[in-house]
Amino acid sequence: MDKVKQELLTPSAESRQEWRGKIISYLAIIVIGGLVATILIFLTSKGVALFIQDGYSLGKFLSGVNWQPSHHLYGALPMIVTSFAVTLLAGIVALPLALVSAVAITEMLPPRVNQLIQPVIELLVGVPSVVYGYVGLTVIVPRLGRLFGGTGFGILAATCVLFLMVLPTMTSMTIDNLRQVPKQYRLASAGLGATRWQTITRVVIPSAKGGILTAMIFGMARAFGEALAVQMVIGNAAVMPHGLMSSAATLTSVLTTGIGNTVMGTTSNNALWSLALILLLMSLAFNLLLRLVAKKGAH
Amino acid sequence: MRAEKVDKIATAVVLSLAGLVGLLIISFLGYLLVVGLPNVSWHFLFSPAESFKSGGGIRDQLFNSLYLVVLTMLVSVPLALCAAIYLSEYAPQNRLTATLRLAIEVLSSLPSVVIGLFGYLVFVLQFGLDFSLLAGALALTILNLPLLTRSCEDALQQVPQLQRQAGLGLGMSKWRVTTKIVLPAALSGIITGAILSAGRIFGEAAALIYTAGQSSPAISYTDWNPFSPTSFLNPLRPAETLAVHIWKVNSEGLVPDARAVSNGSAAVLIITILAFNLLARLVGYLIKRRLAK
Amino acid sequence: MRRILLGIILAVLVGGLGAGWVAAKHHPAQEKVTIVGSTALQPLAEAVASRYRQGQPTTNITVQGGGSGTGLSQVQAGAVNIGSADIFASQQDGIDAHKLRDHIVAVSGIAPIVNPKLGVKNLTMTQLHQIFTGQITNWRRVGGPDLPITVINRANGSGTRLAFEQTVLRKGDHAVQAQEQDSNGTVKEIVTNTPGAISYISFSYLNKTVQPLKINGVAPTASNVTTNRWPLWSYEHLYTQRRLNRATQQFIKYMQSGKVQNGLVKEANYVSIHEMKVTKSATGQVSERK
Repeated sequence: MDKVKQELLTPSAESRQEWRGKIISYLAIIVIGGLVATILIFLTSKGVALFIQDGYSLGKFLSGVNWQPSHHLYGALPMIVTSFAVTLLAGIVALPLALVSAVAITEMLPPRVNQLIQPVIELLVGVPSVVYGYVGLTVIVPRLGRLFGGTGFGILAATCVLFLMVLPTMTSMTIDNLRQVPKQYRLASAGLGATRWQTITRVVIPSAKGGILTAMIFGMARAFGEALAVQMVIGNAAVMPHGLMSSAATLTSVLTTGIGNTVMGTTSNNALWSLALILLLMSLAFNLLLRLVAKKGAH
Repeated sequence: MRAEKVDKIATAVVLSLAGLVGLLIISFLGYLLVVGLPNVSWHFLFSPAESFKSGGGIRDQLFNSLYLVVLTMLVSVPLALCAAIYLSEYAPQNRLTATLRLAIEVLSSLPSVVIGLFGYLVFVLQFGLDFSLLAGALALTILNLPLLTRSCEDALQQVPQLQRQAGLGLGMSKWRVTTKIVLPAALSGIITGAILSAGRIFGEAAALIYTAGQSSPAISYTDWNPFSPTSFLNPLRPAETLAVHIWKVNSEGLVPDARAVSNGSAAVLIITILAFNLLARLVGYLIKRRLAK
Repeated sequence: MRRILLGIILAVLVGGLGAGWVAAKHHPAQEKVTIVGSTALQPLAEAVASRYRQGQPTTNITVQGGGSGTGLSQVQAGAVNIGSADIFASQQDGIDAHKLRDHIVAVSGIAPIVNPKLGVKNLTMTQLHQIFTGQITNWRRVGGPDLPITVINRANGSGTRLAFEQTVLRKGDHAVQAQEQDSNGTVKEIVTNTPGAISYISFSYLNKTVQPLKINGVAPTASNVTTNRWPLWSYEHLYTQRRLNRATQQFIKYMQSGKVQNGLVKEANYVSIHEMKVTKSATGQVSERK
């Protein structure tokens, strides 16, 4: 009797295994959650040091137009503006082209072409950003210099590089989204006598709208955070940009250039960490925007 | 008839624009290969880099890149897989899970330079790892985790619910169902995702400059003892990867043939990533075929 | 069967790693010297380190970039043995120079450069000053073609920029707002591709693609640097803590030895410290070398 009772009360092999599995997977998720929390806390504490420890005013930091660490001026506005400018420009140029390519691949060209293009796009997504920067430096910048005069470094060069960089990502995401539009929609539309172009513009694209927007934001988030490729071509002049050909500096390029020349804990170093914090907040904002768009698209 | 005319014109416009994009992309890749490949030779691949003389190769950089990918994968695949199992099989549908997903996505959009600096302060300075492959691998893990977790989760989700229910109906525990039924079925997707992410971190530079370092001390390929400081297997030695090498040669390189070295390195990078992608397809295909039998 | 095989493989792996660890422990103790800092000095330091290891295989030398600021703060924190810098420690914000010991290992000449097609080969010091403060903005005013001048400055806080401005600018001058580039390589690339550009780089990076300028008729050569007839030059420093270990001391000694100074240092187009007839202080004061 006791033996049976004991056997019934002790956990079975299956439930022991279940426990083990639960512990392993819970541990993994705790590690990841902890990691994210650490990064967030860490960057925030580093980023606010400029305002709390060194007493630099937040308003002056966000609205100042002079970034001259040697004169203790830390105005981040030019970098913020430039970062947004190059990202938006690259996104605006890339979106229609990505959309057009995706439409051509999914709706017009035979599936064989697609089988050929898919690996090429995957390859391009994997091309390291230094390579993009390098091509920008050796091919795009000298051409621009010859075309428009000046050095060729500047916002336009950075836009070109970022455009090339986000185009594959955006295209491949848009293709995925167009494919998810059910076949029946197209058939129904064709059955009503619509031409292919009408089907595309009135049925396919509207129903994939949310996904296309997601692709655009995702691509722009990548462009916003890109450092080396931009640093190589933008000219790194921390001044308010006054034209497409003028040299400028983005948040990331100032960060990569400056961090090695400053000493941990000094004001100029803390100012750089504040720039990193802005980057973090921006990527958070991009993400929230993505979720919002995704939610809207679902309804 | 008007609509049909519009259709024809629009089709022509779309196709020609797409063709333009295709041309742009092909000329980009073509340019890299055309200017790069002539510089690639056995000598270039298998001789060490020079500091300020021409004729240097990329042997150590190439090896470091590959080794770093292996190390990163060793850390990130188990972690991402377990996390994906949690998210796909165990996670309750509540606010906490949603927050976790958001956290992982935030991680994915963090600029790599920020991750590099975080790695520098935490792994290199705080943990005392110095500039080392291990510090680099940890930084890359942070970079890699979100996308890898996502692709693992997708692969797990694609296994039909029916298969799980069948397993559970036989009295198997959830964990056993996951490891014996779901994982094998999702294996091809997981491996494909892992190899593709390997290709992505293979070319990462910004996160490595301040973690794995910008120079490779002399290493010996005959020393197989991973604890010896000169061994090529030692994870605690500093290492410059191929992508970092391109960046460095272009900015502070003293070598007179900097252009040739970076052209060649870029071509090698592209070809390696192409190889990663083809490998991913091949492995996915092979596993699928075996399972179908 | 499979399980046994796996067990054997695992055992061999663990056994091998353990044996390796023990072997590494028993090895002649490797002395580790870590140099972190100036990216400009990195190629030279790497070359010297690999040459040094051929004679001293028990010393393991690691050279890393990261920038002068990183190098100095790391050596001050005691995280590395040597912090390399192309500026004096006292010029760096946040560094207590009294806690560090300065070892000068090379002298780097700095030359103003322009595009070879420009045709300008000589400038006076005053003209150079006026260009870099933005008073002259067209090459026509200094005997060149009618072309606007594009000034390319070096990154704020970089050693080359400090040395250049110490000599060329006067106290209270503000450098003209211009493009800033962090690295010698990129600067050279820009000047090569831009007809009206002017910038300055270390002698080590000079080659045929750019035209170095004479100042007041004096050519930028190593021998002119040694007498300060060519005034644009700076030291390359290795900073250590006040107390340094044997291996570090020996490496620095090796780098300062005649063999390296006349060999690798000259090959890399730096100026040997033994040939200098003058010295320069952190504030830019030049005096006869005793």
